[in-house]
Amino acid sequence: MHMADALISPAVGGTLWVASAATIAYCSSRVRKNLDERKVPLMGVLGAFVFAAQMINFTIPATGSSGHIGGGLLLAILLGPSAAFLTIASVLMVQALFFADGGLLALGCNTINLGAFPAFIAYPVIYKKLIGRNPRQSRMVIAAIIAAVVGLQFGSLSVVLQTVASGVSALPFDTFLLLMQPIHLAIGVVEGVVTALVVSFVYRARPEVLESVLQDKPLGEMPVRSLLVTFLAATLLIGGGLSWFASEYPDGLEWSIAKITGSGERPETGYSGHEQLAVIQEKTALLPGYSMPAETRDGSDPTPTAAEERIGTSLAGIIGGTLTLVFCLLTGIFLKRRAQGHCIPPGR
Amino acid sequence: MPAIDGSFLDFKQLDLLAMRQTSVHRLDPRAKVLTTIIFILCVVSFGRYEISAMLPFLIYPAVLMAVGDLPGGYILRKILIVIPFALIIGIFNPVFDRQVIMQLGPLDIWGGWVSCASILIRAILTASVAIILVAVTGFPAICEALEKLGMPKVFAVQLLFLYRYIFVLTDEGVRTARARQLRTFGKRGFGIRQFGSMVGHLLLRTWDRAERIHMAMLARGFCGEFHTTRAQSRFGRDEIVFMGGWMTLFIFLRIYNAPQLLGSLFTGNTP
Repeated sequence: MHMADALISPAVGGTLWVASAATIAYCSSRVRKNLDERKVPLMGVLGAFVFAAQMINFTIPATGSSGHIGGGLLLAILLGPSAAFLTIASVLMVQALFFADGGLLALGCNTINLGAFPAFIAYPVIYKKLIGRNPRQSRMVIAAIIAAVVGLQFGSLSVVLQTVASGVSALPFDTFLLLMQPIHLAIGVVEGVVTALVVSFVYRARPEVLESVLQDKPLGEMPVRSLLVTFLAATLLIGGGLSWFASEYPDGLEWSIAKITGSGERPETGYSGHEQLAVIQEKTALLPGYSMPAETRDGSDPTPTAAEERIGTSLAGIIGGTLTLVFCLLTGIFLKRRAQGHCIPPGR
Repeated sequence: MPAIDGSFLDFKQLDLLAMRQTSVHRLDPRAKVLTTIIFILCVVSFGRYEISAMLPFLIYPAVLMAVGDLPGGYILRKILIVIPFALIIGIFNPVFDRQVIMQLGPLDIWGGWVSCASILIRAILTASVAIILVAVTGFPAICEALEKLGMPKVFAVQLLFLYRYIFVLTDEGVRTARARQLRTFGKRGFGIRQFGSMVGHLLLRTWDRAERIHMAMLARGFCGEFHTTRAQSRFGRDEIVFMGGWMTLFIFLRIYNAPQLLGSLFTGNTP
């Protein structure tokens, strides 16, 4: 799944942006140096192919629902790790911009989750090792399923870690993990089968297409490994560290987020609901007047002051919020009217 | 079928919007990209339970849509499509976070509902600015801006290639899907096996196309760089005013809760 901007914190989004930007830079220099020039248009066209292939649905056996190919592993098999990573990253960027799928800040997360794992783990470490030099259909299917499953498991684990570390969602780490991993196990199996079918079709029809990739010089062992270590370290540090903190102190994560952002206006737990309720009911009658806070400041009854203040602030928030929305809307309408009144229609 | 064609046409229309000539469209793409990023960072950095302070940020998409002469209904529809993805996760908040943090009349409002609403507002704001950025800038110009801001050239070329062929190939994908649909009855023919050979064929055609493209490009003297005919835009006074103005506003709105201040004028209660 795609991470959304709405679910991440600037720290998590920023860290993964840096990680993915560094990987893009690394892969770009590799593609420029090592790969033959013919691959440049191939990468672009295959990226567009992923969109085209996603327009074609298929029925998932035994469920009756329909799905489409993800394409990450397929690209890795066809292009090799570095070129595939760049292609997946470019596909994700188009999705983020044209469909707002994910989002611009979440682009870093998505590139790592959906690009790095298939390109640098699923393909070189699993698929390539399992398939050997002379691939056969059955072997290809098994290798693709295992590779797709592993890639997606890493990806969804990373989604869980990023979400929990961001602290916008209240989903606890273990619940979210139990929700995500099985779903992605199923998705991984389907993705693996579909990828294998496409690859084996291509292998039967035009073996030279795949052989050129298989014969490619293997990726330098060291850089990839150190890259992986960096990813894992960064992810574990951000995700694991914070979620450990969160499980250690149930409210620790919220607390730390509040500290960081400075606006986690959490109330003290001491207020009983009924007390506040009574105060609100007492005060709602006075709402249109401006006297409510004045009364509070009288100091006649010191205990409810804090509670009343809170009510006052949330009330002010609601009124002000509504006014703001109306203001934004009116500004838009006003500017639109003006633009239509004065501008020459476009393209004339 | 209408769904497939529809989503594809939708995609094309966004691209066409970028060709309009308004004062926002004419700004240097870097100014728009950077302002959008700052906007998203400001929105996303709000606390989990924040609602009111985020609302004024709606002014940016509203003004850009108006000045950029973008069709409101179309943008709204695009945003509505993506919101469920964020809400799938957000809807769990009320399940796990049941602490009462606010009361509205007789209603106890749980923290979970507040943070879920907060996620909804974040989703609306961040999705709208991303779509508006493309609609007032255009994809090639965004790539150009990112390249000027330090994105590797290989990746920029990749993005531009992808963008050029996306329309051609999605067209082909849609045609293939339609051809299959016309030849099949009920659910037959939609299985995984048929999918494998169909997409395989599509892939081989794509592969051949890539080779033809490469040869055609070599024949025309391609050496790893796209030359655009667009006038070179520069970062001038307009861009500084645009970026400076919006950024100041964003930072102000990030620090001060404007609706709270505004509302307190009416209730007379200073926060």
